[in-house]
Amino acid sequence: MTVTELREKREKRPTIYNGTRIPAPTPTILEVDPALREEGDILQVNFGPNHPSTHGVLRLVVDLNGERVVGLKAVIGYLHTGFEKNMEAKTYWKAITYAPRIDYVAFQNNELVFVLAIEKLLGIEVPPKATWMRMLLCELNRIQSHLVFLGTAALELGAISMFWYCFRERDAILDLFELVAGFRMHTRYFQAGGLAEDVPTGFYEECHKFCEIMPERLDEYEAILDRQQIWLERTKGIGLLAPGDAIALGQSGPVLRASGVDWDLRRAQPYLAYGDIDFNVPVYRNGDVYDRYKVRMDEMRESVRIVQQCLDGMPEGPWIADDRKVVLPPRHELHTSMESLIHHFKLVTEGFRVPEGEVYVTIESPRGEQGCYLVADGGPKPWRVKFRAPSFVALQATATCMTDALVADLIAIVGSLDSVMGDCDR
Amino acid sequence: MTYDGVPGFVEEGESFGETTVVVERPALAEAARYFRDELGFNFLSDITPTDYLGWGSKGVAGYWGTGAGRDINEPGSWGLHKLPDPRPKRFSISYHLLALGPKARRVRMQVWCEEGEPVPSVIELWPTADWHEREAWDMMGIPIEGHPNLARILMDEDWNGHPLRKDYPLGGEPVRFSDAE
Repeated sequence: MTVTELREKREKRPTIYNGTRIPAPTPTILEVDPALREEGDILQVNFGPNHPSTHGVLRLVVDLNGERVVGLKAVIGYLHTGFEKNMEAKTYWKAITYAPRIDYVAFQNNELVFVLAIEKLLGIEVPPKATWMRMLLCELNRIQSHLVFLGTAALELGAISMFWYCFRERDAILDLFELVAGFRMHTRYFQAGGLAEDVPTGFYEECHKFCEIMPERLDEYEAILDRQQIWLERTKGIGLLAPGDAIALGQSGPVLRASGVDWDLRRAQPYLAYGDIDFNVPVYRNGDVYDRYKVRMDEMRESVRIVQQCLDGMPEGPWIADDRKVVLPPRHELHTSMESLIHHFKLVTEGFRVPEGEVYVTIESPRGEQGCYLVADGGPKPWRVKFRAPSFVALQATATCMTDALVADLIAIVGSLDSVMGDCDR
Repeated sequence: MTYDGVPGFVEEGESFGETTVVVERPALAEAARYFRDELGFNFLSDITPTDYLGWGSKGVAGYWGTGAGRDINEPGSWGLHKLPDPRPKRFSISYHLLALGPKARRVRMQVWCEEGEPVPSVIELWPTADWHEREAWDMMGIPIEGHPNLARILMDEDWNGHPLRKDYPLGGEPVRFSDAE
């Protein structure tokens, strides 16, 4: 293809299709056309499970006709670790530790959804400082998650430098997490009733510094990619998903918003204190890989704005509820108060009881609707925990997005769906 | 909003600010269609089966493991505060529906079944049900009727048992080399 032809092709960026492209009868399997199979020029390739661009262990069974993808089936489960079964055998207190390990990139959002589910059953009131701090950390986590997406998605398409730049900022965010919780990932900083510890001195200043540099850095990233011919060629008009198909396939988060559906749980069904915060929900209309990247870039900018508002509006006061049947007593009281010692012992060995009931709590994680269905029987262990994993749902769209794709687009499309296999397989 | 018109309507419950509508198992497909077309629940968030085997009795949550192993009959001193309400059947399957749009609302459509009783598939209404239903089969052994490709999804194809059932032990994986051999 000559340069002129390439330019013409880019000018004619395919617009989003009408109708539906979801394969039938199985929505997640793209079947090879029997007529094409008759011709006999079909090559079946196993893409993964151990391929660097599958973001973990995803296996795609791809039927190729030349370079065209004519058949596709996603095979998952390679990272299934039985989190939900394990959580049933642990007290709520200990089960919180499992939640961030499920989606190991958006760890704080996973932690939040589980803690919110427990709190909903307990009916416990969380002090405002904890709510705002949760919001702040979840937004930092969103930036961090999108940076991982951006770095790896660009890396897979050959823009290696993006990876180093993105992971530089990601590291700055992980440093903030380390400062506040003592861990860089899987912080387990959210506790039923509030936060595990008070916010350390110096955190707000460091966070302010980060908020000042981050918008500039985002402009730089965009400048690198948006003028990069290869990046544009390989993302624009690739992996199309129409709004109707996106809703039918249960897509959420950036994938849904890139298809032109104006939907964000933070605004539609506000949790924490998102109702008091001013932010925009970026929506793009073309439903391709490029728009998914654009949505995430804009979301990072919005997240920085939210973090700044959280810093400005951070209330003073206690960081955890004062309910001794649920919350650990302050450490210093253990030396002087028998009552506190008993509570501490009981809570650590046996946990707290959660009233009988079932709840389904949803939040907007970086990947979309992160839900947690929690059934309690009145005892100190959850009866059933189920995470509605946005990555699991996102991968169901592979067959639809891959219609008419080339084998090289496969990587761009899987990357743009941004699924984390830990979240997908649980 | 009332849900009396739902085909196969059994009962409607409200707890923790969430609405649960229980429908009869054979009428599930029509009920689902009514929810989608008449009531506007265009988005299926999740399908979750739950196993209530041993609900509220000995050997279940509320009892404690010991250092030597998992003795689920060793009760914690707190135990259960009160016995939980009995459940009609062994399994519940919850369909978390969302009306995605300006008037967003959620509802939980629920059916109950005993072991081996088939549950109709909703894949034609919400294609996203595909993998959720396969997971329900794989993890809980709920036979989904009318699913075009009801294969295991998270476990191996030749796996025995359904790991999230309550009678499936934790660490139930067979050990190839043990002291006994």
